[in-house]
Amino acid sequence: MNHGLRLLSVIAVLTLVAVLAAVPHVVSSGFTLSLLNQIGIGVVFALSYNMLLGQSGLLSFGHAVYFGLGGFTALHVLHTITGGDLPLPVPLLPLVGGVMGLVCALALGWVSTRRAGTIFAMITLGVAELVAASSNIIQGYFGGEEGISGDRMSGPVLFGLTMGPQQDVYYVIVVWMLLSAGLMYLITETPLGRMANAVRDNPERAAFVGYNPRTIRFMMFALSGFFAGIAGGLFAINYEIITAEAVGINVSASVLMMAYIGGIGYFFGPVIGAVIYTLLSTVLSAYTEAWMFYFGVFFLIVVLYAPNGISGVLAAHTPVLRAHLMHRLMPAYATALLPTLVLLLGAILLVEINYHLSISGNYDSEMSILGVGFDAASWWPTLAGLAALVVGGALLWRTLPYVGLAWSEVRAELAGEAAP
Amino acid sequence: MDTAFFFLFNGIVYGLLLFMLSSGLTLIFSMMGVLNFAHASFYMLGAYFAYQISTHIGFWPALIFAPLIVGCLGAVIERYGLRTVHRHGHVAELLFTFGLALLIEEIVILIWGRNPMPYSVPSELDFALFEIAGNSYSAYKIFMMLVSISMLLFLYGIIARTRIGMIIQAALTHPETVDTLGHNVSRVFMLVFGVGTGLAGLAGVIGGNAFVTEPGMARALGTIVFVVIIVGGLGSLTGAFVASLLLGVIQTTAVAVDVSLADLVATVGITTSAADANDLMHKTLSQVAPILPYLFMVLMLISRPRGLFGTRDA
Repeated sequence: MNHGLRLLSVIAVLTLVAVLAAVPHVVSSGFTLSLLNQIGIGVVFALSYNMLLGQSGLLSFGHAVYFGLGGFTALHVLHTITGGDLPLPVPLLPLVGGVMGLVCALALGWVSTRRAGTIFAMITLGVAELVAASSNIIQGYFGGEEGISGDRMSGPVLFGLTMGPQQDVYYVIVVWMLLSAGLMYLITETPLGRMANAVRDNPERAAFVGYNPRTIRFMMFALSGFFAGIAGGLFAINYEIITAEAVGINVSASVLMMAYIGGIGYFFGPVIGAVIYTLLSTVLSAYTEAWMFYFGVFFLIVVLYAPNGISGVLAAHTPVLRAHLMHRLMPAYATALLPTLVLLLGAILLVEINYHLSISGNYDSEMSILGVGFDAASWWPTLAGLAALVVGGALLWRTLPYVGLAWSEVRAELAGEAAP
Repeated sequence: MDTAFFFLFNGIVYGLLLFMLSSGLTLIFSMMGVLNFAHASFYMLGAYFAYQISTHIGFWPALIFAPLIVGCLGAVIERYGLRTVHRHGHVAELLFTFGLALLIEEIVILIWGRNPMPYSVPSELDFALFEIAGNSYSAYKIFMMLVSISMLLFLYGIIARTRIGMIIQAALTHPETVDTLGHNVSRVFMLVFGVGTGLAGLAGVIGGNAFVTEPGMARALGTIVFVVIIVGGLGSLTGAFVASLLLGVIQTTAVAVDVSLADLVATVGITTSAADANDLMHKTLSQVAPILPYLFMVLMLISRPRGLFGTRDA
């Protein structure tokens, strides 16, 4: 990295910090702040996950274990603080979660990281199921059905943060997020981070250079457990309650999807994923029961056609933008946009009608989409949905070659530019 | 003793059902290196399709058609989904089947709702066939046993005795060589995937009404099937068979045993104080039953990573 670029990134980070610090003074709505809090937690969690999947090539299906156990421990420690037995300021609580995550990842990682690939994935799934099933049995720690709750307004006050108002929580989350993201970025620059990439790409060669792939995987696993635990501690502070669901397979699945949709090949990819996931799960879920369905479809499309995630798609456009060739792609994108919208409209219509009928039964078949009310049980909305689906699909099928053509022209031009 | 036999019987019925899933899963895994996360979802689809068909034309046609539909669906998904992601590597394949499992669950909720379906045992088989020492043995359980055993013998015959079976066996270990010899390996893969998922569908048809048909059924069984193929040894059909029966018996028996660790210690003369309900020593075996398979799996991975009959280390 040359000096100019380094200066630029320092300025970018400082601007980000300034903006994040200013947010509570500008935004007064509680909803936005709580949304930002969730995004902050998601960012730390997704980045910690990408230490495994993106940087070490380890696909884990049980990352929620370290997140959840960190959260539970943080709340148990919060109880001790409230009881007056421990003079620890609440803003430092995520560190407790992180240490718990680290300890658990050290213990369970020793078993899990023997092998990479599919076997590793299966072991993490098994461990996750073991912990999830234990949560019903060890009720003293997991609190059974109602979980563990606490009161964050206790203990010594640090920097005047009483933790009562939501913006105090926001500041704590932002600081921890920046700190963790910075540390995780620095880890990618260390020899350990580099060797993790080497072990991901070719374990045999890494072993010949003199590094035990298992040790590297183990160290990355432990560190990633630490940051997941921090995210769990932030979760505990933000919600003041945690249930056994936090260690469950759903949370593990969502962090995996966050990281993958954002793009695991780039350090900041999971950040995009965390933002999108949080927005969808809070905003979209208010409108439709089917948000998980849409998200699943979206995830499958990314896996099938954009394996580098959203950040990969964006990165593919960077050289085009730099060469001022975007205008060559735009017409093709514009022609493909309309069929895509028609296709989406048809699909959404069909999905919503079906969900409405299967959830509420035929008792209440009146529903509305985009302000248009209709009877879900009658035949014409279904027919309209099917028609839109078929027409949009057929048109998209016809227009996609134009996009491909435009891309190959732009690629040829880029290559021509680079050659002389 | 008779009660023990009763539990053993139930365990074997459940174990055979597990084997119908784990055999397909382990075959697919050793051929393509793909761990099919959605395998139990096909089991669920089998049950839902069978329910839907049986409401219209009865259980017996459903027994034939539902697995066929599920198998064809599996083959299509292999052809247009898995083969597309294959070039992105194993992680992408795993993620694809993982996403597929989530999506199938959502689709099932979308079409049939969240509540369990009233998919019941056909009236022709809904009676107690015989009784031993007060425990009645239902005709349907015997029927399940017969269906699974005959299906598995049939499959074994195909794999061991026919030409296509030979090709499958060869493609298990040397896919490139088989390809070079002029066989269409991709089509063999598609076939195995279709048959494997069809078998899972059949398990769903006969298991859905014996247990329960609801959107969570795939998840509940899916992880158990993973445990089976890890404990049995990856890629080993014999291992999958033994582990299926073992886990079937353990799971059905453990829920009925009210012995705790404290009782066990007490038989050697050490008495522990009766403590609160959170005391692990006083948890009965039936209470800890849900974690047994996973505990078993983790212990197996630590002590013998290749599983019971596996040839390669997990």
